[in-house]
Amino acid sequence: MSGNGSHSTSLLSNSGKLFHNFGKQRLVAIGALGVLYLFFCAAGDNFAAYNTFVSILDSSYYIGFLAIGVTFVVITGGIDLSCGTVMVCCALISGTLYFKLGVPMWLCLLLCIAMGGLFGFCNGFMVAVMKLPAFIATLGTMMVTRGLGSIVTATASVTFPQRHADDGWFRGIFKLMGDGLPSGGVPTGFVLLILLAAVMAFILNKTRPGRYILALGSNKEATRLSGVDVVKWEILAYVVSGLFAGLAAIAYASIYSTILPGTGNGFELDGIAGTVIGGTSLSGGVGSIAGTLIGVFIMSVLRTGLPFVGLQPHYQLFFTGFVLAAAVFADVLNRRRRKG
Amino acid sequence: MNKPILTMDGISKAFAGVRALQDVRFDLMRGEIHALMGENGAGKSTLMKILTGVCARDAGTITFEGRPVTFKNPREAQAAGIVIVHQELNMLNHLTAAQNVFIGREPMRGKMIDDDKMNRDAHALFQKLGIGIDPKAVVGGLTVGRQQMCEIAKAISTEASVIIFDEPTAALTDSEIEDLFKTILDLRGRGIGIVYISHRMDEIKRITDRVTVMRDGACVGTLTTAHCTKDDIVRMMVGRTVYEDPKSRSEVPADAPVALSVRRLRAGPLVRDVSFDLRRGEILGLSGLMGAGRTETARAIFGADRPDGGEVLVNGRLCRIRSPRDAVAAGIGYLSEDRKRYGLLVEKDIAANITLASLRDFMRGLSLHRSKEEEEARRHIETLRIKTPSEHQEVRKLSGGNQQKIVVGKWLTRDSQILIFDEPTRGIDVGAKAEIYALMHELARQGKSILMISSDLTEILRMSDRVMVMCEGRKTAEIPIEEATQEKIMHAATLREARRVS
Repeated sequence: MSGNGSHSTSLLSNSGKLFHNFGKQRLVAIGALGVLYLFFCAAGDNFAAYNTFVSILDSSYYIGFLAIGVTFVVITGGIDLSCGTVMVCCALISGTLYFKLGVPMWLCLLLCIAMGGLFGFCNGFMVAVMKLPAFIATLGTMMVTRGLGSIVTATASVTFPQRHADDGWFRGIFKLMGDGLPSGGVPTGFVLLILLAAVMAFILNKTRPGRYILALGSNKEATRLSGVDVVKWEILAYVVSGLFAGLAAIAYASIYSTILPGTGNGFELDGIAGTVIGGTSLSGGVGSIAGTLIGVFIMSVLRTGLPFVGLQPHYQLFFTGFVLAAAVFADVLNRRRRKG
Repeated sequence: MNKPILTMDGISKAFAGVRALQDVRFDLMRGEIHALMGENGAGKSTLMKILTGVCARDAGTITFEGRPVTFKNPREAQAAGIVIVHQELNMLNHLTAAQNVFIGREPMRGKMIDDDKMNRDAHALFQKLGIGIDPKAVVGGLTVGRQQMCEIAKAISTEASVIIFDEPTAALTDSEIEDLFKTILDLRGRGIGIVYISHRMDEIKRITDRVTVMRDGACVGTLTTAHCTKDDIVRMMVGRTVYEDPKSRSEVPADAPVALSVRRLRAGPLVRDVSFDLRRGEILGLSGLMGAGRTETARAIFGADRPDGGEVLVNGRLCRIRSPRDAVAAGIGYLSEDRKRYGLLVEKDIAANITLASLRDFMRGLSLHRSKEEEEARRHIETLRIKTPSEHQEVRKLSGGNQQKIVVGKWLTRDSQILIFDEPTRGIDVGAKAEIYALMHELARQGKSILMISSDLTEILRMSDRVMVMCEGRKTAEIPIEEATQEKIMHAATLREARRVS
């Protein structure tokens, strides 16, 4: 280091660049999120209430985790269609371990995350080593995990212990409830989500694995010819996606209690939609975790808010479609302007 | 002289406030081959884009066949009879030659495409051009030269009166170039006006009638080709003289140790028992025709493709190179001719590109040491004289020469001692070429060893301390620079193995 002078200027330029990178599209996304929230506050009775706020957060944890994980895969230029069913499969298997084999809850939760990572590794191996197209490899894993969940549970649903039951403590990870606390509970899961998002953003932007993942998404062959072990780092991106699917499984179990075998389809698309709305490019090389979170919250606000203005929740899908197309169109416009 | 078929006058254009063209004049006669020359970024492409309606002009007039015209899009220009044969081919690889030639205007019989007529018409067209391409051949299976011929056939079949060739020979072999020239001269004979964009001076001298030189968005002047020398043109392009002398003797000290030794390397059909030594501080020129196996040899040494057999020794020690990672660790750097595809992250900034091969050295604990990266980038921007506003510039916005320097910077940061340059100046304009040459000489003087693959014989003779020639995957000659001539090299490059016909 050549002294404080150069350090402070670089910090300045870094923050300048951070702001620049955060860029117009992300500001538009934040603006859209704010406008949406305010709109529902104004139009719907009680939308502004604390309980509603907590339920918006509740419904964003599992998609948030899925989306953070899948952002890494999308940045490599790949796709992970399996994360939704991996999530449900992990939840089902760890629930079965708990009820049928009496495995302690803490170990079940760790195994849940580990299993996610294992499925992620399988995806990564198929894509990076066996050179299968990511779409096909993860489509296969999606079907396998969906079937596996049903096989393990013999198609019976799994209900995790309730809050007041012996092993219900894990629900406190995502929401604290009890005497002296607000009736909607304290959304501790939000803190966890933000914390993990910050860690993953650091890994993506400030560490070697993150740089390599961005680089191989930008140009895999040039990265390989620079002496980088692209196979290893590409697998890592899928492992991250799998681990976060495992985390999402815990979030899902603690918010929704009952897990049905054969479900999970479509969650991966919610995760991917959040990622893309947040400005991560499906062609790879560009992406941000903060953007992904904003994308996820936009979808949660829509889902929670629409019933307040008299529309059924399935309108959420309808409107999310528009938001998705608009967000990507904004990105396309932005690129075109930069190139022109 | 006859009246011009096309006149562009007072053409100006600015992109986002940056001047791209300033009051440019260009005219073209019937039956003339008019070269348009200039360094990259001089404004040639912009001028042609304005002519063919890809972008709009800010000022100026275009007169075509006596009438003022403004084309709103390339389709209008094409309908009027102005077509462009792009450097990057616009062929659809899965369709046949005939389907490509007649795409968008297929002969119909009722609601159905009349395939028979289409193939007959294509066949007639190819005959007229003297090229024996089967109309039913799938384009992806043709050589690049033949694909180019299809593109030209397509241009001619639209009854164009002006054809623009944008660096048509960049990907062609010598014999394909000969065929192309025959075709172009034939087109001239039929009264078609031809704009010929190229960096290759000998081609310009050989087939063009006039040369217009552009620099910095302005027209420097128009010369009659027969009355000017290469130096005249180059001087107009760069505004200074560029030295072109061949190297007269090797600059490597007699006692320089061997840095890289390749022994009986085999990889696929195009690398067959290749052996050679590269000494410290030496530039070894690797010459040969297209398909001689030069790039394949380089890729096998570098581990980009797995070799089938043979040994690579670095500084006398045997290296097991199975991937680029092993090669980079052994101190080898590879600079591909296709920099955008194999060398750079074009959407990332200069700093990220320069440190890509040596990121371990730019860590502070677990975190990337961004300011150290930037410092390294700034150092290379200065010493390699990379023209850029800052180290944060995205690489795709830089010219070919500056991009090449960034790849060099990447390997210098890694402290690679052996550099393999594959066509180091392809797509780089004349002024920047001289800089790249000077840089390579400087690297060799510092003790780096350079293997330089080049299809350009002047480049080989000018840069190399020793010349190695390949043909059909075999090494056919190794010539000290003192004895090397173009004739000797060409002889070795065409030294085909006698083949028994079975």
